[in-house]
Amino acid sequence: MLEIKDLHVKLEEEEKQILKGVDLTVEAGKVHAIMGPNGSGKSTLSYVLSGRDGYEVTEGTATLDGENLLEMEPEERAAAGVFLAFQYPVEIPGVGNMTFLRTAVNAQRKARGEEELSAADFLKLVRAKAKSLKIDADMLKRPVNVGFSGGEKKRNEILQMAMLEPKMCILDETDSGLDVDAMKLVAEGVNALRDEGRGFLVITHYQRLLDHIKPDVVHIMADGRIVKTGGPDLALEVENNGYADILAEVN
Amino acid sequence: MGLPEVKQTATEARLASLVMLDAGCTRAARENALARVLEMGLPGRRDEYWKYTRPDTLISPEAPRAALFRSDESLMFHNLDRLKIVFVDGVFSPDESDDLALEGVTIDRIEDICCKDIHWGKELYGVLEARGQTPVQRPLAALNTAFAGDGVAIHVTGKPSKPISLIYRHESETSDAMLHHIVRVESGAEVTILENGPAASRFNKCMEIDIADGGKLHHVRAQGRDHERRAATHMFTRLGRESVYKSFTLTVNGVLTRNEQVIELTGDDAIAHVAGACVGDGDFHHDDTVFVTHDAVNCESRQVFKKVLRNGATGVFQGKILVKEGAQKTDGYQISQSLLLDDDSQFLAKPELEIYADDVACSHGSTSGAIDETALFYLRSRGVPFKDATNMLTLAFLAEAVDEIEDEALAKAMVDRLEGWLARRS
Repeated sequence: MLEIKDLHVKLEEEEKQILKGVDLTVEAGKVHAIMGPNGSGKSTLSYVLSGRDGYEVTEGTATLDGENLLEMEPEERAAAGVFLAFQYPVEIPGVGNMTFLRTAVNAQRKARGEEELSAADFLKLVRAKAKSLKIDADMLKRPVNVGFSGGEKKRNEILQMAMLEPKMCILDETDSGLDVDAMKLVAEGVNALRDEGRGFLVITHYQRLLDHIKPDVVHIMADGRIVKTGGPDLALEVENNGYADILAEVN
Repeated sequence: MGLPEVKQTATEARLASLVMLDAGCTRAARENALARVLEMGLPGRRDEYWKYTRPDTLISPEAPRAALFRSDESLMFHNLDRLKIVFVDGVFSPDESDDLALEGVTIDRIEDICCKDIHWGKELYGVLEARGQTPVQRPLAALNTAFAGDGVAIHVTGKPSKPISLIYRHESETSDAMLHHIVRVESGAEVTILENGPAASRFNKCMEIDIADGGKLHHVRAQGRDHERRAATHMFTRLGRESVYKSFTLTVNGVLTRNEQVIELTGDDAIAHVAGACVGDGDFHHDDTVFVTHDAVNCESRQVFKKVLRNGATGVFQGKILVKEGAQKTDGYQISQSLLLDDDSQFLAKPELEIYADDVACSHGSTSGAIDETALFYLRSRGVPFKDATNMLTLAFLAEAVDEIEDEALAKAMVDRLEGWLARRS
């Protein structure tokens, strides 16, 4: 499904190389986790895949079901099925959460040549999904993420994911800023979306999120490359021994 | 002391093109106003108060030509029940206007009160304008008092069942209109006044509003879309105890607009909110100049002005809060912000506070910036196309000003216009 080959990325404004040849394939139905120390390039990878400005791909490819993601605008990538759950969801005063969600859902449907959801159908759908994430009507009415707690913001990300039903979900440090209960709630939301047609790339510092979202494959990223790949046990190894041992072993 | 020669010449040239109405009960006020004009002279480009807006085309003897603009948009407020008073190029149009009778309000034409020796309007016509000449001179308002050819006197004694809607049509490419309205809201009375339309190629409008204790006035205005029109407007408002004045102005297009609001809170516990949203493209210059004087205890004033500018458009905001000695417990708020959609546009702001009381809360802020790239990316990453995302953020930026309108139907009418503007330019 998602295929990344020899991806090299630098910052647009500076000569700083961040990704130095990432190879990664995420199959449909699988959950891949990427772990790694600060500054290893994890978040950059998520931004490059979703099309954020400020990065320049100098080598390599990234495709989703054979389509070249790197040539698409962010909204085209979204319509093609890429979803990034932000580490820091953005507050947008003046734009209602509902309006935002409905605009996004219908824009994607339109881009795919599907019929737009009616107001009534949309409302029914969003209420059902919000309920399972314990998002109340008030949160839906408020401006996007404005005045939301850390946990509410992350739940709101998962709600968007549930509404947009992407093929490829990228979660960038979704556990950051969450207490245990909030993390469980978010993880349940993610697990509810797991199915054989959907791939996940879960970026995290810590193993604890992976207790709740069980990965099929774990990658360790360091200095802009994936340096080690293994099963769920690899995450436990990191938790117990830190990154130093693994990095020493690789080098 | 004489005026500088350039100013003297320009003022004389302008006055030579004007004729004063032969006016009964407003005669003295008009002559006094003319004396003020002669003393002050009309605004010149060297005047501090006109530093950011060139007054040349507002004072030239003839109005610059302005092409008529035809739109397929539905007329402003078209589906709203209201009492319509129509002016075409500054002249009252009885055929297009409704019957001026409405319970709770008495409406006369200025021309009619001019024939009378006794009318309540005599106590108001030119009075607030004259008060508003200090500490800052506003010669175009005095010019208006002296030479306005038409207008209405609205006396609100109750709570009329529908808004009074002043409609300004523009039919002549060379029209040069001056309207002067006076409004007196009696104690406990409440009214909504709407204004819309381009009015004329050049429009000078003055409205004097006197709100007695406990009175309320809501004002919502949409200045017409004609690209080449010019306008200088003044609203002078005096508020009594526990009275409320809320005003919102939408400006979409217009080559030159100067809107002045001069507000005096003279009774305790009064509330004045003025807000504006403007969107401008290209050859567009929009100036909001506001002067709020707190001269009573525990009053609240609020100024919220938002401008969206692109393709070289210019926005100006001059806003002042003056808190006089003894005006304790004043709550004054002022925000002016611009969203610049490109590097060619500019926003010039001069926020001012002058405070002579020691127990007050006043704040002001002014910002100027581009679309928030992070928010834009966030919306796009959810599949919202670039233009739609930009439009959403632009409307969101304007929302704080539009939210100042209490009536939902009126607020929606404003949002519809803004969406129309955005859609045309996407």
